[in-house]
Amino acid sequence: MFRDALLVAKKDLRIELRSRVLLGQVLPFAVACLLLFALALGPDRDFLRRAAPGVLWITMLFAAVLAAQRSAGVEDDDGARDRLILSGLDPAGIFLGKALAVTLQLLALALVLTAGTIVLFGATPSSWWPLAVAEILASLGLGFTSVLYGSLAEGTKLRETLLPLLSLPTVAPILIAGTKVYAASLSGAGVPAAWLGLLAVFTLAYGAVGVLLSGALQET
Amino acid sequence: MEEQIAKRRWVSVVGILAAISLLGTVIMGLWVTPDDAVQGAVVRLVYIHPPMAWVALYLAFGLSAVASLLYLWPRTRNDRWDALAASAVEVGVVFNGLTLLTGAIWGRDTWGVWWTWDARLTSTAILLLLFLGYMAIRRIPADPEIRARRCAIMAIFAFVDVPIVHFSVLWWQTLHQSATVLNAKLHPTIHGSMAWTLLLGFVAFTLLFVWMVALRFAIEKRQASQARSELDEAIRERRAETSEQSAS
Amino acid sequence: MGPVVDLHHAVVLAGRYPVLAGLDLQVQSGEILLLEGENGSGKTSLLRLLAGLLPLSDGSGSVLGFDLSKDRASLHRCVGLIGHGAGLYDQLSVAENVTFQVRAAHGDSARVASALERVGLSAKADLPAWKLSAGQRRRCSLAITIARAPELWLMDEPEAGLDEAGRRILISLLDELASLSIPVLLSSHDLATLRPHVHRSVKLAGGITISTQPGGRPWLKAEGATDVS
Repeated sequence: MFRDALLVAKKDLRIELRSRVLLGQVLPFAVACLLLFALALGPDRDFLRRAAPGVLWITMLFAAVLAAQRSAGVEDDDGARDRLILSGLDPAGIFLGKALAVTLQLLALALVLTAGTIVLFGATPSSWWPLAVAEILASLGLGFTSVLYGSLAEGTKLRETLLPLLSLPTVAPILIAGTKVYAASLSGAGVPAAWLGLLAVFTLAYGAVGVLLSGALQET
Repeated sequence: MEEQIAKRRWVSVVGILAAISLLGTVIMGLWVTPDDAVQGAVVRLVYIHPPMAWVALYLAFGLSAVASLLYLWPRTRNDRWDALAASAVEVGVVFNGLTLLTGAIWGRDTWGVWWTWDARLTSTAILLLLFLGYMAIRRIPADPEIRARRCAIMAIFAFVDVPIVHFSVLWWQTLHQSATVLNAKLHPTIHGSMAWTLLLGFVAFTLLFVWMVALRFAIEKRQASQARSELDEAIRERRAETSEQSAS
Repeated sequence: MGPVVDLHHAVVLAGRYPVLAGLDLQVQSGEILLLEGENGSGKTSLLRLLAGLLPLSDGSGSVLGFDLSKDRASLHRCVGLIGHGAGLYDQLSVAENVTFQVRAAHGDSARVASALERVGLSAKADLPAWKLSAGQRRRCSLAITIARAPELWLMDEPEAGLDEAGRRILISLLDELASLSIPVLLSSHDLATLRPHVHRSVKLAGGITISTQPGGRPWLKAEGATDVS
């Protein structure tokens, strides 16, 4: 299963590097979101600073929807989906591999967004590691849900409109936990272990669900 | 045929019981029990709002999750589980909507706002969206087995989220407000006739839920058998194409 | 040894529409079978059913010993399907595409080069797939299946888009598969070219088989005889 996962992850990442959808489309979209939020909520710097956690994480969620579309879309050309199913790869391996590829892309995005909120919103964390851990866990959790919902909606013609409706309510806990962690690290308040625990539980839960249901998902 | 009659009778009995207990709840709730010292008459919503929430969140969602698991597990796979899960979700959406509505009315009267970011209400709202996602998937035209599988998977995705959403919203909310009266478990002054009415309310809505799901389930089964006979017709038409083509 | 394909009253749905409406079919091991029929007769759906990509709504069937109603998933790695789409990733090169599929099948990467050689794409190995013509994509699809060496070949209009050289490659491939006793089902509209090279041909219409006739390749196995070669 892990061997298959690495194979699929490498393939997806290689395709991503060559097509530059993340670099050319998703990143600019994310930065545009930051600007739009700043325009809508600003220019009071103090307020922007307090709003920064919410802005960062909402943008992450939207970007994750795009990443989900993209991940499912890799197999859109020309019967590639059939080929992937017939390849004999373990469906759980395919799930983990695609999720890993999406996670790495989301991590890169998180880095840029964090830098963006620091610069544009003046939201510099006083301690880095809770936010870093939160972003890693959240990227992984979002990676799992993106691939899962991408697979669920993929056979349908309504994938573009269905994905946001399905995935955004599901990842609400990531939004809540992420903003709380960022806010705590901004104010220098205590390490929010419970929130990080919640993120870990979410990620583990959806990882497990994905591995267990990947076989059934493939047959839809 | 006898089995069908017995089933219909059972459903009618449940329906009657539900009606009786609902009537009882209404009577006791509106006339027998006293006003609350602080909240006045609107506290009577406690006899229907928490029961509705209980049905929507735990009964409906729980039932759909269990039924979905049973459907996906190869050994217990049966179309019946898919029909049951779909029925539970549809009825759950109704109860979910009513929970939010009664919650809004309560909040409006007590605090003058239509929406309070109470933990349970917020969780209910998020879960309503997940239910709606399930129904959106169900509407997509597809081979029945594929549709059933997709819906079952969605139900499990949503159900796994339930406890996580619950805790995240609870912690999110409690940082800013002390315990709210809307949380039925914390309700401090329920005793005497109020307690009995509350219990009756729970029983009444549970019965109502069972009755509605049974009806919906029957409709679903009838739709499935109609689809099957339409399929036989479609197969006949399809095979008839051969007589047009064997001439060539 | 039982039949490689054994379908009884197979019904396959697309939404509400029965693309296969109670189809019966048996294919013996080592047989090369041609599927004829007009557009919409169900050929593509039959091939996809046999690959394990479509569920059986009614009837029963087994392919390579796997029950289609219970265990479609195990079938996937044992069959090779050459469908309408080549199934290539546009951003990857020809060689990368074939290598990915071979590695996915736990095969030996050394087979990639020989497969590309067989279909005449060695010179284009490093070209990204989006630069290929339709015929070249079809050849690449053939290369992938050659490299994976499945137990059952399913080909959906394989001659489409192939030039003369490509068709010669296809015919020699059929010859090779016949000599190795590997069963093949292929659908085609180019009956003149392909009928002489198959053991049997079956005509589809309205989602069922309506006639069958022998092809140009002699079927040497008597009924019930075991394969000694």
